[in-house]
Amino acid sequence: MAVVSTEATPVATESDIVAVRRLVRETAAKLGFSLVDQTKVVTAASELARNTLIHGNGGEMELITLNGPRVGLRLKFHDHGPGIRDIQLALRDGFTTGSGLGLGLGGAKRLVNEFEIDSQVGQGTTVTVTRWK
Amino acid sequence: MATSTVNQNATLASIIQQRREAILAEWLREMSGATRRSDLMKESELQAQCGQFLDLLARASETGTNAQTAAYEPLREMLMDTSHVRAQKGFTPRETAMFVFSIKRPLFTAIREAHSKDAVAMAEQMWSMTELLDSLGLYTTEAYLKSREEVIRRQQEDMLELSTPVVKLWEGILALPLIGTLDSARTQIVMESLLEAIVQTNSRVAIIDITGVPTVDTVVAQHLLKTVTAARLMGADCIISGVRPQIAQTIVHLGINLLDVTTKATLSDAFGLAMQRAGFSFVRSDKKESKRDN
Repeated sequence: MAVVSTEATPVATESDIVAVRRLVRETAAKLGFSLVDQTKVVTAASELARNTLIHGNGGEMELITLNGPRVGLRLKFHDHGPGIRDIQLALRDGFTTGSGLGLGLGGAKRLVNEFEIDSQVGQGTTVTVTRWK
Repeated sequence: MATSTVNQNATLASIIQQRREAILAEWLREMSGATRRSDLMKESELQAQCGQFLDLLARASETGTNAQTAAYEPLREMLMDTSHVRAQKGFTPRETAMFVFSIKRPLFTAIREAHSKDAVAMAEQMWSMTELLDSLGLYTTEAYLKSREEVIRRQQEDMLELSTPVVKLWEGILALPLIGTLDSARTQIVMESLLEAIVQTNSRVAIIDITGVPTVDTVVAQHLLKTVTAARLMGADCIISGVRPQIAQTIVHLGINLLDVTTKATLSDAFGLAMQRAGFSFVRSDKKESKRDN
């Protein structure tokens, strides 16, 4: 699998989330994603970036363009926050420790093709998602 | 030491006063190379600014070369004004700061000529002059940025107000076309202006159009649901319109429940439904009949 380009961008403020969305949308459009796929991956990025900001106390997003046998977009959200105690519970719809709807993490999972979550309590969380063209 | 500083500064003021015309001419020549923007500022205007700067500098330097002291207040004020004007006229920060930095060469030439016999005094004066001009140059950049930030802040506020207009479509029917990102601050304004308009116009139906909202994630959906609930508490029904195919699919995948809310693909569909609910009906006038009437 050939990695074409990697780009890191901070997720530290509310306006960073807007920047993340714009960056992901531009990249997805450049890769030739359909409008529906663009919207899906942008929405997933928006959810995950907000989780990074609110639950992980900020972090960064790594944007990886894949151009191997398949064209795809991989997003890696990384933070050094408190971590997730029970990942299965966090993924369940309607579960939230904040004031949201509790659909972000599970929803993001359903919007992408590959979803991986790695979290250590007290260490931080990394969520990696991939959407193929 | 103290007396020598005062002496040296007194000389600086006298140097500027004695060689004012020569410094001014060389300064203008210096600027014409790098930073003069004759497209943005008139020659005479620049000349007047340079003259004013030199006079203020001469007067202020009588008391010392610390730009933070009260003696430099008029000079700082003048730089604040010129930076402000330049920011508005479209100068770059570099061009703005160069206004101050480009005086170095002519001023140093004048100092060298005045101290041709005393190398120590010359070096000392040049050093204090460099420090002074650097701090004044940085001050212009700071002032420039400050006025730019002011412009940005004002525009942001304008946008926030502009982007949430509530329009009356028909008697008892309001529309709220949303454009851009829906964050918490904007949702607050949207909700307030919608609820206020509902009371003012005595409306029963409000259409929230999200055609211009590029991304509907869980937070945007939550904000929309709260707005709809608040409107409902005031006795008004909400219709959400502008749900495009990609948005509809995304909402389904996210698992957001919008079943309790009436939604439509386009604003015109929503308007039709709103008219129906408000008890209006449309009749297309028959062309043939109207001809016969004539």
